[in-house]
Amino acid sequence: MKVLSLNFLTCAVKACKSTSGAYPLHPKDAELVEDDLEVNSDLLLNIMPRIDWPALSTTATELGFPSLPAQPPTKEELEADEKMLRDLHHLLMETQMMEGKLVCGNCGHEYAVREGIANFLLPAHLV
Amino acid sequence: MLPTPDTSHVAFERVYEPAEDSYLLLDTLSSESEMVFLRCRFGGNRADATTTPTAAGTVPAPFVVEIGPGSGVVVGFVNAHASHIFGTSSVLTAAIDVNRYACAATRETVRKAAADVTSSSSPSTSSTANTTSSPKSGTFLGAVQGDLTAPLRDGSVDVLIFNPPYVPTEELPRQPTATDMVTSEAAPTFQDDSYLLSLSYAGGADGMEITDLLIGRLGEVLAPRRGCAYVLLCAQNKPEAVKQRVRGFGSEWRAETVGSSGKQAGWEKLQIVRIWREEQESS
Repeated sequence: MKVLSLNFLTCAVKACKSTSGAYPLHPKDAELVEDDLEVNSDLLLNIMPRIDWPALSTTATELGFPSLPAQPPTKEELEADEKMLRDLHHLLMETQMMEGKLVCGNCGHEYAVREGIANFLLPAHLV
Repeated sequence: MLPTPDTSHVAFERVYEPAEDSYLLLDTLSSESEMVFLRCRFGGNRADATTTPTAAGTVPAPFVVEIGPGSGVVVGFVNAHASHIFGTSSVLTAAIDVNRYACAATRETVRKAAADVTSSSSPSTSSTANTTSSPKSGTFLGAVQGDLTAPLRDGSVDVLIFNPPYVPTEELPRQPTATDMVTSEAAPTFQDDSYLLSLSYAGGADGMEITDLLIGRLGEVLAPRRGCAYVLLCAQNKPEAVKQRVRGFGSEWRAETVGSSGKQAGWEKLQIVRIWREEQESS
């Protein structure tokens, strides 16, 4: 699963959904792989308005990537900054989480990730 | 006709095999009328007022999620042909299925379908002046195992696609939890396989028990302005009542049949209902 997935995923426990701690989920013991993909700047520019930047910053830091700027780059800044474009492409498009856990900051539940597939089914007592 | 994704790698003894319902979704999503709707809302046709350009020429990439993809034939099709359907290849796709084997099958179907589109188009497009090839496919984020929309952030989905377990059955199969065999390492038995397949078709009363749950969550999971859903129904699901329920959510909600197949004595055997919200007219 691409790192960008974490920008759309939250704890599956109903009571957690409305809490701020349930998003983003925190990767733990993450094993990452890197695909080699061609940079698509149009795609990155069109994805930017969809991204929750503070959540992405948290995810990037927790996965050991260099910290992102405090504010998301504007379209013009990104178009002019080849390095930032490449860095974002690497983080969002090329990096996949294959093994590890995704932890809810509210209830502490750990969702296992195996072979790139996260399991969000809940144990019977949390359903 | 856009090519249908190859699903020859999928173990159909435990993952739903593409059938008439799957193909009706493919035909509907690539029909002229739906392409016009999707392009207006998400990309190609920027003249339409429902798109929300954040800066000159930038339309936020839509996030397309299929719930219960099974083999992945539908999300594989939408992802591979994103630029044709949406008028832009800036489309993010993902899938959620209770069946782990379906998640793995979907990932492979999506990968193959995108590769097929790329290889079939590369010789002719490489002659253009642009040095970077323009991709035709969307970007698949991944398949996760989960219960309907439970793992998704509220307001995140722009296009939700659902081919539900719609067959009326006396009761629903037990719904799987994290500790069920669907997640274990052991090779599935014949019973396990039957159970996994039952989850893909058995819909309980009127075949609507699971679909009703999903429809109840649309207001939360769909993006507030742009979000829409394509839900497949059969005649026994009482589609007119389903549409009335959606319209009852509020005056901005719409539900219309946008594709159908298998007419029997005036009844559409299968149909696709598009559910969306219309911007309120301000006068």
